[in-house]
Amino acid sequence: MADPDTDPTRSDRTVLDARDISRALTRISHELLERNKGATDLVLLGLHTRGVPLARRIAEKIAAVEGAPVAVGELDVTMYRDDLRSQPTRRAHKTALPAGGIDRKVVVLVDDVLFSGRTIRAALDALADLGRPSAVRLAVLVDRGHRELPIRADHVGKNLPSALAERVSVRLAEVDGTDEVTIS
Amino acid sequence: MKHLLSIDDLSTDEIGQLFETAADMHDVQKREVKKLPALRGRTVVNMFFEDSTRTRSSFEIAGKWLSADVINVSAKGSSTSKGESLRDTVLTVCAMGVDGLVIRHPASGAALQVSQWVDASVVNAGDGMHEHPTQALLDAYTLQRHLGSLEGRHVAIIGDLTHSRVFRSNVQCLTKLGARVTVVAPPTLMPSGIASWSAAAGFETSYDVDAVLPEADAVMMLRVQRERMSGAFFPSPREYTVGYGLTRNRLALLKPDVPICHPGPMNRGLEIAADAADATQSVVLEQVSSGLAIRMAVLYHLLAGEEA
Repeated sequence: MADPDTDPTRSDRTVLDARDISRALTRISHELLERNKGATDLVLLGLHTRGVPLARRIAEKIAAVEGAPVAVGELDVTMYRDDLRSQPTRRAHKTALPAGGIDRKVVVLVDDVLFSGRTIRAALDALADLGRPSAVRLAVLVDRGHRELPIRADHVGKNLPSALAERVSVRLAEVDGTDEVTIS
Repeated sequence: MKHLLSIDDLSTDEIGQLFETAADMHDVQKREVKKLPALRGRTVVNMFFEDSTRTRSSFEIAGKWLSADVINVSAKGSSTSKGESLRDTVLTVCAMGVDGLVIRHPASGAALQVSQWVDASVVNAGDGMHEHPTQALLDAYTLQRHLGSLEGRHVAIIGDLTHSRVFRSNVQCLTKLGARVTVVAPPTLMPSGIASWSAAAGFETSYDVDAVLPEADAVMMLRVQRERMSGAFFPSPREYTVGYGLTRNRLALLKPDVPICHPGPMNRGLEIAADAADATQSVVLEQVSSGLAIRMAVLYHLLAGEEA
């Protein structure tokens, strides 16, 4: 296969391959455990679409280290977005909380790319309607900068300085059939 | 989607999307905070020119849970009783900056007519004997939750077909989703010209309840609409029950666990016996909670996105 960095037919550049993604998630898992002093009361909530498989992967890694399962759920923020009115109707997804709920838990929001911060703003509003966690943290695979709100991530797989016009794409095996992060 | 006036306006894909959104909305009913901000700042007016409990309150709650401001206008107590025309009433209300208009009216075609007068999105909540699209959507959605796909499943619709907008919307919705539909009514309550319609739309008709029930995968009973009956359609209520009601004896003809629907309000003892209405396979109350989810989905799809 042609090297994407030198292949003239491809305009995008791979910044993380499957092994890089796995290593980044392993590190995030360990950071979460260290910060939380174990997996008790930890709830991982993946944001649709690609945060959901990422949260599941982190949960598997934590379970492998701790030897006990960790609560995972999925959170849809469509109804809380601030740009609903300026786009064609977006399809909503399922919100599924783990059986124990999120009250008095440490909730870790998991998403693929942190960009403007508006999705996370919506997620924080959604959480407030679902319960009262003791703390909320944010883990992302890629932080590409250009924040429009005072929001930052607690755990970052890779900081990826990018130009506003560039496009960062995360592909995950569960959704796209392959694991890679590209910039174009 | 700008308006929802008839099931005919919806493609099978659009029905699928509404059902997916409704499934997400269904979960909201179980939450402690039953509120989503999607329609914040939007205003929805429920205009009901006919009596209604479930449809009106269902639309009202659906709008409120999506954070829209909802007001109700009914014919009684509005300027309609002073002789104002429908057009003037609707234009007056819309001049207040309304985004969505949910309308129920005794005249068939009223919702379509209104949609041509106003800029707001119009939802038909029942127009005379014509259509009641959200009822059909919630019925099909409820049945889908019980039967899985409706493809090839046999649904029997039994009762007062002539006066039923629920039946007219349901036949279209169910056949679009691939169900086999048989409609059953006494000859006097079978709409005139149904033979050519059923041939074109691909559904079956019957006068014999007892022959249809044993092979049905779902049963939908319709209300006998005495308020729309000017002539004598059957000799006595008792005779209707004997011929076409879902009685305790007929309940035994059904395959086990066949869901029983009724759009409500039920005439217990007339078209449906208490044994059937309260049977474990009765989904009458589930239809109500599905109705809320469907109406939230409809309001969301009509009002949340950018103007088409």
